[in-house]
Amino acid sequence: MRSDSRAPLGLTLGAAAGLLFLHVPILLIFLYAFTTEERTYQFPPPGLTLKWFAVAWNRADIWPPLYLSLQVAAISTALALVLGTLVAAAMSRAKFFGRDRISLLILLPIALPGIITGMSLRSAFDVMGIPFSTWTIVLGHATFCIVIVFNNAVARFRRLSGSIVEASLDLGANGFQTFRHVILPNLGSALLAGGMLAFALSFDEVIVTTFTAGQQSTLPIWMLNELVRPRQRPVTNVVAIVVFVTTFVPVLAAYYLTRGGSETAGGGK
Amino acid sequence: MTDAVEFVGVSRHFGPVRAVDGVDLAIAEGSFFAMLGPSGSGKTTCLRLISGFEKPTGGQIRIFGEESARVPPNLRNVNTVFQDYALFPHMNVRDNVAYGLMVKGVPRAARAARAEEMLSLVKLDGYGDRRPAQLSGGQRQRVALARALVNEPRVLLLDEPLGALDLKLREAMQDELKALQKRLGITFVFVTHDQGEALSMADRVAVFSDGKVAQVGTPEEVYGRPRTRFVADFVGSSNVLPPDVTQRLGGPARWSSLRPESLRLAAAEGAALAGTVTALRYLGAGTRVVIDGNGAELAVLVPAGQALPAVGARIGLAFDPAMLHVMDDA
Amino acid sequence: MGLRPVTLPERGPGDRLTSLFWRRPNLLLVLLLAPPLLWLGVVYLGSLAALLLQSFFSIDEFSGLVVHEFTLKTYLELLRPSNFDILLRTVGMAVAVTLGCAVIAFPIAHYAARYARGQWKAAFYLGVMLPLWSSYLVKVYAWKLILSKEGIVTWATDAAGASAVLNAVLALPVIGGNSLSTSYIGTWIVFVYVWLPYMILPMQAALERVPASMLEASADLGATRAQTFRTVILPLALPGVIAGSIFTFSLTLGDYIIPQIIGSSRLFIGQAVYTLQGTAGNIPLAAAFAVVPIAVMLAYLAVARRMGAFDAL
Repeated sequence: MRSDSRAPLGLTLGAAAGLLFLHVPILLIFLYAFTTEERTYQFPPPGLTLKWFAVAWNRADIWPPLYLSLQVAAISTALALVLGTLVAAAMSRAKFFGRDRISLLILLPIALPGIITGMSLRSAFDVMGIPFSTWTIVLGHATFCIVIVFNNAVARFRRLSGSIVEASLDLGANGFQTFRHVILPNLGSALLAGGMLAFALSFDEVIVTTFTAGQQSTLPIWMLNELVRPRQRPVTNVVAIVVFVTTFVPVLAAYYLTRGGSETAGGGK
Repeated sequence: MTDAVEFVGVSRHFGPVRAVDGVDLAIAEGSFFAMLGPSGSGKTTCLRLISGFEKPTGGQIRIFGEESARVPPNLRNVNTVFQDYALFPHMNVRDNVAYGLMVKGVPRAARAARAEEMLSLVKLDGYGDRRPAQLSGGQRQRVALARALVNEPRVLLLDEPLGALDLKLREAMQDELKALQKRLGITFVFVTHDQGEALSMADRVAVFSDGKVAQVGTPEEVYGRPRTRFVADFVGSSNVLPPDVTQRLGGPARWSSLRPESLRLAAAEGAALAGTVTALRYLGAGTRVVIDGNGAELAVLVPAGQALPAVGARIGLAFDPAMLHVMDDA
Repeated sequence: MGLRPVTLPERGPGDRLTSLFWRRPNLLLVLLLAPPLLWLGVVYLGSLAALLLQSFFSIDEFSGLVVHEFTLKTYLELLRPSNFDILLRTVGMAVAVTLGCAVIAFPIAHYAARYARGQWKAAFYLGVMLPLWSSYLVKVYAWKLILSKEGIVTWATDAAGASAVLNAVLALPVIGGNSLSTSYIGTWIVFVYVWLPYMILPMQAALERVPASMLEASADLGATRAQTFRTVILPLALPGVIAGSIFTFSLTLGDYIIPQIIGSSRLFIGQAVYTLQGTAGNIPLAAAFAVVPIAVMLAYLAVARRMGAFDAL
């Protein structure tokens, strides 16, 4: 038995305060979306109203960035799923030469600050004379999404690569049948979780995007512009809630999909 | 008659590690063959060489006379019961058993019927809808067996098949496996580190040591006439005697072995072997008397009901000279 | 029972490819690795190379066009006082943020690692993971609301009658300002907030590796709680702190949104890069600025590796 299974009061208070610090600011966004005050961030709000949701809905300048963000996130996630799964499949096999370097290469795009990824891509587009487009945004997003899918898939692959794959081959299935009937059903939830996290990460990304988007606006870039030069503050609040929910839901889903395994999603963003 | 499996100078080296090193083996068709040895002795690698999950770095493996070097595991009509059973966790028992038929394109109804047949063969009628996680260890093992047999393999490989079961279940399964093998006539090759299991089930036993086969023979040969000190020591528990003692007992200047049950207690005076009793170990059916004879530890099995010496007493040992088995080791 | 063949025939391309891959396992490995490595190699490493290349170019002061000739001139520009200040300011902030994160993260990580059980453990994990993954921009925006002059902090200090304290803090030289949202203090708070989960998770992982029996042994040997903390827990948590600091340090070095939205008008590296490549059109200098965080992080990683931080990642 542990001799002191109860935490000291100071520690409990410190932990509780730290968690409050992490969560209260996000809750405030929800409050501000209902404020009647339009020009300042006055607290407490002088009154509450639902009208900003309607105003935001009717603002024509919000929809194109939303569509672009969804489009970029979907394409980047699809690319990252293919590339991340391939590399996870290779890495879970026997040790081979250069294995450690490859893991470093996969990690680098999120280990180095986003501004470096962004500025590098910007330099490359400049050197090669590539014009900005939706695809230049996707190029950056898919690159840092690969590691998210990889992280989720590699642990599951490692567990799988043992005897059930051998059992399938042993019973006469070829490699493709084994992938379809044995690997995919067992890998599915890890891939779904990885895909959702990658989607959330891409949907929300702003730093790399500002370097690769040119004149186009994703929803986070739209928000950033509103932050720097506010026009209708409560509308921005409503958009913030939309962005928050669009990232929150897949992340929560990813957690529940991989819960209980050794590879719970989200440990390494 | 061609052998079911034939190893000709087979090696499997992993870098500097010689997991299997120049093994020659012939496994007769229809036999129950055991590969016995301590862990790391190369027996499991040999099994994986037959199934195709390892490739030899030297030598040849023939299955029913056909060279297997270019045949991948999925095209070998050889199936395996894995040590941890390796049941597919996302399929029910019926789909697990029918898997081998499904990937060969057998229609659903036909393979379901065949799966039920196999389940009844291993006495698991009515378990088809369960998930592997809902079964006991013994039941999972039967499912693994049914799944491996559904393809009617020419050779069935079993990797420590009873290792995860408790003692009582293990003994029951030993009899059952033996009966099943007799009934189906399929060649069974099983890997074990348990000498009792190997001796009681197999027709022939190969004893592995350091990637090499130390001896192949019937259980009686391997137990009664070990060729090397290693075999004498690993199979059963023998009194291994060095060359000078063998010579004193009238044999040549080579190592020899004497089984504990071949020795009888006798008076110390005039006995060829004598020593001091250091321990008595009650085994139920008899008592093991351990004797320190001039530095060499000797064990004698005294059947129940016979008088036992006291610890510290000096006694002699008598035996039938025909039971002194002289080995190859000089 | 009719005897089955010993070797089954190959049926279809799936079987043929399986045989090929079985005979040449390296071929499969190469095919699996080729697409992702080509992507990362060309897109990412290629871009990094382009960045490095650009940083050795310079800009013609009259035409404003990039001169594609090798020169160290651009790097020398980094040493100009106005630019060098930006580097010092950014590294100083990164150090302050890392320390702030370590202090606030410790109670949470320690509690979660040692005292939280079952449901509470899961709650703690979610409680750290969800803020980690929630929208970065929304989090920054939330702080803009909180720290603004008419926002909740001013309201709360007024309500508590402590507005004198807030004003005194804001009156401090250098780190103070007109309001929290236009001061270094504000920038620091938001950095700490945004990167905090990156510190908690590795710290918790490191602390979870401290066996409870070791703490009990320390207590059995007569150590007070404070002694156990100082001599056992803290040294064992250190690799986790260093692992976490890799993130907090690197992320602060490369961020340009937070100081742009909350802080004084003085630039950080990220802002310099962003402005130089955009409106100023000076890509070579922007690239040289971006190389600095890479160099700092490589040095930092080398030190962290020697202190065993990678085991806690």
